[in-house]
Amino acid sequence: MNWQALVPLIGVILIIFGTGVWAGKYIKSSNTFMQDYFLGGRSLGGFVLAMTMTATYGSASSFIGGPGTAYTEGMGWVLLAMTQVSTGYFVLMVLGKKFAIVTRKYNALTMVDFLKERYRSKWVVLISAFSIIIFLFSAMAAQWIGGARLIESLIGIPYITALFIFAILVLIYVIIGGFRAVALTDSIQGTIMFVGTLILLIATIVAGGGISNIMSDLSAENPNLITPYGAEGTLTPAFVSSFWILVGVGVVALPQITVRAMSYKDSRSMHRAIIIGTIVVGVIMLNMHLIGVFARPILPDIKVGDKVMPLIALEVLPNWLAGIVLAAPMAAIMSTVDSLLLLVSSSIVKDVYLNYVEPNASHQRVKRLSIGVTAILGVIVFVMALNPPDLIIWLNLFAFGGLEAAFIWPIVMGLYWQKGNKYGAIASMITGVGLYILSDSFFPQPFGLHSVVMPVVVSFFAYLLVSLATQEKVIGEKA
Amino acid sequence: MQGENTEKNDPRYKIANREALIGVGLVIFNFVWWFAFAYGLGGKDPSEYTYIFGLPAWFFYSCVLGFVVMAVLVIVAVKKWFVEVSFDEEGEEK
Repeated sequence: MNWQALVPLIGVILIIFGTGVWAGKYIKSSNTFMQDYFLGGRSLGGFVLAMTMTATYGSASSFIGGPGTAYTEGMGWVLLAMTQVSTGYFVLMVLGKKFAIVTRKYNALTMVDFLKERYRSKWVVLISAFSIIIFLFSAMAAQWIGGARLIESLIGIPYITALFIFAILVLIYVIIGGFRAVALTDSIQGTIMFVGTLILLIATIVAGGGISNIMSDLSAENPNLITPYGAEGTLTPAFVSSFWILVGVGVVALPQITVRAMSYKDSRSMHRAIIIGTIVVGVIMLNMHLIGVFARPILPDIKVGDKVMPLIALEVLPNWLAGIVLAAPMAAIMSTVDSLLLLVSSSIVKDVYLNYVEPNASHQRVKRLSIGVTAILGVIVFVMALNPPDLIIWLNLFAFGGLEAAFIWPIVMGLYWQKGNKYGAIASMITGVGLYILSDSFFPQPFGLHSVVMPVVVSFFAYLLVSLATQEKVIGEKA
Repeated sequence: MQGENTEKNDPRYKIANREALIGVGLVIFNFVWWFAFAYGLGGKDPSEYTYIFGLPAWFFYSCVLGFVVMAVLVIVAVKKWFVEVSFDEEGEEK
């Protein structure tokens, strides 16, 4: 057991934990429980908004492998990762003020609330809530497994014990703190990631004898490592460019991102968040992936990609500092889990229960139910992570692309195109998700593009054509 | 259709629409810059690469300089063209 690294790591987690508890007190004293628990009372300032967005983007893309893949593929993967810089400004600019104004007008607390008010259709709500519960639940289970593995390898305790520790940590502060706790802890985590990756990058460059030296080592091993095409030359321009949709502009449709885009205080917070967010996302992505590539000449024989970050940190930094820096990936996983847990429970309680089961539930009942559902979900995820079923792993691979294919047009067109209607939205969601699953299973990479691209394009036309074709019908229904 | 009237009248939506278009414009510019340098300069044989600060030139221009340029553009766009509006009740802004 590496105590020198472990003590700072635990310290950082305790600080994060304390923040959750502190934020929880805030909630008890307020009387708008739903707004506070799920949305932090629409009170986020610029810095907190930027950081919570960043922490969420970071984890939205963690499934593409991050530094571990950069280690294997070389500079081409850093190029790919840099497509995420666009999320820093694009999401807040495009959803932007219109989304903030409209969701306030609708009194919407979640993405599904927005869709419900915009389209006024039971089916839109049920399909959306169902997609969120299935896709995000799977994504969450995968993150728990990741979190537990990290504790396992760091402390050297059995997987089950590690999972248990992880679960308790996450559950306690999500349950007491709600969204504000998650947003606040995201800020701490985002800051650690920002500073930590910077320190680690510099230490890695020094250990590798300077950038020029590292580059010549890399090209001596395999010249492809310093080209944009990946170690085996498999990263084609069309494939890499597809990531502009998957982890760039498509991110506007992820429920965990949209909920943040309605949570800020005023337009000044939004302006600040755009600027801070762009810079922070860019720096973290660039640093994290460069660390992965630069680690290669220093530690040439790492077989498991996920171990690149911990091993290089322990190699080039003093132990105590490595502990602090390693709190960053740990924190990233925790923050994803927290926000996903909240989203799934808000889908169940708000979107399904309050809309269709018991619309007049009392304040007290809703509060107990929200906390109860969150806790039960946590326990179910825990049980699944103990022995992950294959279905979960399979669904997790689809989670982000699937949600993007489902929601991008109902949200964006719903905001900016008056003629869009519920038939268009339903058609778009079904084509998007259906085509994505079919495409990914039977013909991955059509025309050399990532399988998310085609469903996004086709579902756009589905939305457009079906909305236009049903104009008369909708007017007839209104009359 | 209750939103129809406010949709046309609310001056905040005009601002919001313009800002969304700025976002789209920025992302297109970002993509072109990123793609042109990466595959324009990086398409050569690695033995012909030039280096800036130790990094291959394609990477430096596409990802490092590209990021700095985008950060500057975003700051300029927000400071110059983004307008502060109130989110609370309609008509609270002038």
